[in-house]
Amino acid sequence: MRAPTGTTWREYLTAATPTSRRHATVQRVYLAWVPFSRNPTAIVGLVIVALVVAVAMFAPWLASHSPIAQDLSYRLAPSTAAHWLGTDELGRDIYSRLVWGTRTVLRVIFLVAVITGPIGLIVGAAAGYVGGWWDAALMRITDIFLAFPRLILALALTSALGPGIDNAIIAIGLTGWPPLARLARAETLTIRSSDFIAAARVVGASASRIVFRHVMPLCMPSLIVRLTLDMAGVILIAAGLGFLGLGAQPPQPEWGAMIASGRKFVFDQWWIAAYPGIAICILSLGFNLFGDGLRDALDPKAST
Amino acid sequence: MSETLLEVEDLHVHFETATRRVDAVRGVSFRMGREKLGIVGESGSGKSVTGRAIIGQVPAPGIVTAGRLVFDGIDLPGLGKRARRALTGRRIGMIMQDPKFSLNPVMTVGSQIAEAYQVHARSSGSEARARTLEMLRTVRIREPERVFDLYPHEVSGGMGQRVMIAMMLIPEPDLLIADEPTSALDVTVQTQVLAIIDDLVTQRGMGLIFISHDLNLVGSFCDRVLVMYGGRVMETCRADELDRARHPYTRGLLAALPRIEAPPGDLPVLNRDPAWLA
Amino acid sequence: MTEAAIAVNELSVRFGLATAVDNVSFSVASGESFGLVGESGSGKTTVLRVLAGLIGHWTGRAQVGGHALGAKRPKALARVVQLVFQDPYASLHPLHTVDRVLSEVATIHGLANAQKRIVGTLQAVGLGPEFRFRFPHQLSGGQRQRVAIARALILEPSILLLDEPTSALDVSVQAEILNLLRRLRAERGLTLLLVSHNLAVVANLCDRVAVMRLGRLVEQADVERLRTSTPEHAYTRQLLAASRGYDRAAAEIEEQASPA
Repeated sequence: MRAPTGTTWREYLTAATPTSRRHATVQRVYLAWVPFSRNPTAIVGLVIVALVVAVAMFAPWLASHSPIAQDLSYRLAPSTAAHWLGTDELGRDIYSRLVWGTRTVLRVIFLVAVITGPIGLIVGAAAGYVGGWWDAALMRITDIFLAFPRLILALALTSALGPGIDNAIIAIGLTGWPPLARLARAETLTIRSSDFIAAARVVGASASRIVFRHVMPLCMPSLIVRLTLDMAGVILIAAGLGFLGLGAQPPQPEWGAMIASGRKFVFDQWWIAAYPGIAICILSLGFNLFGDGLRDALDPKAST
Repeated sequence: MSETLLEVEDLHVHFETATRRVDAVRGVSFRMGREKLGIVGESGSGKSVTGRAIIGQVPAPGIVTAGRLVFDGIDLPGLGKRARRALTGRRIGMIMQDPKFSLNPVMTVGSQIAEAYQVHARSSGSEARARTLEMLRTVRIREPERVFDLYPHEVSGGMGQRVMIAMMLIPEPDLLIADEPTSALDVTVQTQVLAIIDDLVTQRGMGLIFISHDLNLVGSFCDRVLVMYGGRVMETCRADELDRARHPYTRGLLAALPRIEAPPGDLPVLNRDPAWLA
Repeated sequence: MTEAAIAVNELSVRFGLATAVDNVSFSVASGESFGLVGESGSGKTTVLRVLAGLIGHWTGRAQVGGHALGAKRPKALARVVQLVFQDPYASLHPLHTVDRVLSEVATIHGLANAQKRIVGTLQAVGLGPEFRFRFPHQLSGGQRQRVAIARALILEPSILLLDEPTSALDVSVQAEILNLLRRLRAERGLTLLLVSHNLAVVANLCDRVAVMRLGRLVEQADVERLRTSTPEHAYTRQLLAASRGYDRAAAEIEEQASPA
């Protein structure tokens, strides 16, 4: 995609009269990007998340050792030139396990978002727009899920499904949608009484068209923000399940499980638990800062 | 105009955000005595910001500068923040468009008015209550004892605006600024509320700045009219001579107003001349 | 009255315990421009929303362009009657471009030549092609209201319902929109039903006017009669006096007339 000849990118992005549908869309993205790019903490968050994604993509080249290769003669070693962050109780390189662990954590995050986002959006928007009996039924189901602490519910589900990273993802996903549904419903309730929805009804738009084309796009910004902010929690729950042995199974590198295995040595060989802990902190912080920045940039009340 | 109550000279207000600068008021000057001065203009003309600049309540990130801003011989920008707030609270009142947003929803209307009195008069509670009931009677509320104990959501729009007027007038200010005080009200209630403002201002010899978009209303209610456009004063004239206004902007606005007496047909459309803001 | 574009008989609407519209009957002839005047809470907007099919629970009979209205709104009704809302800042979807607003209507009804129609309708409401891909936040209030009118007209309805179409706009923009509505009515032979609190606006655009108060219809009159003689009903006289500006003497009369 190029800017039309004779204009600079800046002129193209800020032109008062967009010339095509694509031009209008590009401008809208740019309009959200401007306040985001001026927010230093948001940029820090974006950089952290982007770096972790890059590490996951280039893990085979970045890792110095195999994440699962054991070297029992070299157990519990502190950081050296050969093992930058030391080794664990089986002599595996902690740095390489952290690098490969990004793939696990990002897979969890991505799949959880793919499960919870659409379920929450559809349940919330449908309940809010249709109202009445549907609303009552869907919201009571939501209440039941919300009645349990999330980690406990995820624990119960994983123990029912059996330990393993895939089951952990399903469990986290199934426990994650109710707050999103609540949010989408609340947004929908304010949107449905607005004049532009009434106008869509007057021109003959069907209920499903209104929900999918008019209501949902307006719920998206706050849902994306909420989902991003939730990711810090998802990382912690995934780590918690891993720590309890219900998530990733050995020898798969997973940050929570790494902390669990380091627990026994925390007084003498503190680095085994500390480095994955720091990694979890940094990534959670990254998602939180990124989410805050998104909220500021996407908040329709703050923009002109 | 016997004595000068308020003198505004070269008033500027601008809002600066990261992406752009908006000049809301650009060099407004006027003088007024104890009279009814109307400020009329379209949205974005700077009329409301002018009113807020006088009482020092321009919302952030607005920046106010003025050559002179003198109220009854006192230089307002020269006062400290607290002194200015104390002065304006006691001697300048402001009525906003919608009473719903100006009244505290969790206090009864009576206690809010009494509080406004006590802040400035340092009186006993029973005296404040007596004064409040008297004031409610003055704004023609029939059962002041009953209304005293109502919460803002329990009163109608017209009643709420009377309560606002009572609250603003109880410290007996010298100047009242009313920003579209009746445009949230129905036309029949509007006339009654205007009559109350009119009588109080006349009886107490106060000055009134009446900010409105409604030319008909300003022309029939005020003594003098200031016409604003694009942050500037286009023209000042006597209200009863508004029909004979000279400035093309004022004439254009007047012509664009539909009138019952006029035969149906196309209304003349206002052509804005960039030279007006040059 | 077989040619009546709009016929309303004994229409009543209740919201909970409150009666918003109380036994209202009137009819509007085809091609006529009819004004419905009243203050907030008079029920005038509710009548309009019933006729647009936005309110389902009402009693009485209502017929629009030959269709008897029922509890459900048939899709075909959209091609007969359309509604323009009061506040153009609220009636356009903030994330939809002008093009998307209009092309969606074309898609819903499977209109042929959608592209040509969009450009043509925009032109009819006085918006050039440069406005086509703008978002609402890139438009002024008057331009937004033109887009809302274009959305109503792209289906080529014979009846246009107008809910205070100029009350959110500045005087000079109001004049432009009123002129536009008058021109469109003449060009397309539209029947207009205009709801307003402003008698002067109604007098400018309408042939006949009905005055509503507290859910009831208190008076119907030719606009010509408003111009030349005093109305029969005291309430109409009040509205008329108020529309002329402030009058201290009138305020006294009103206070005696209306307790509250």
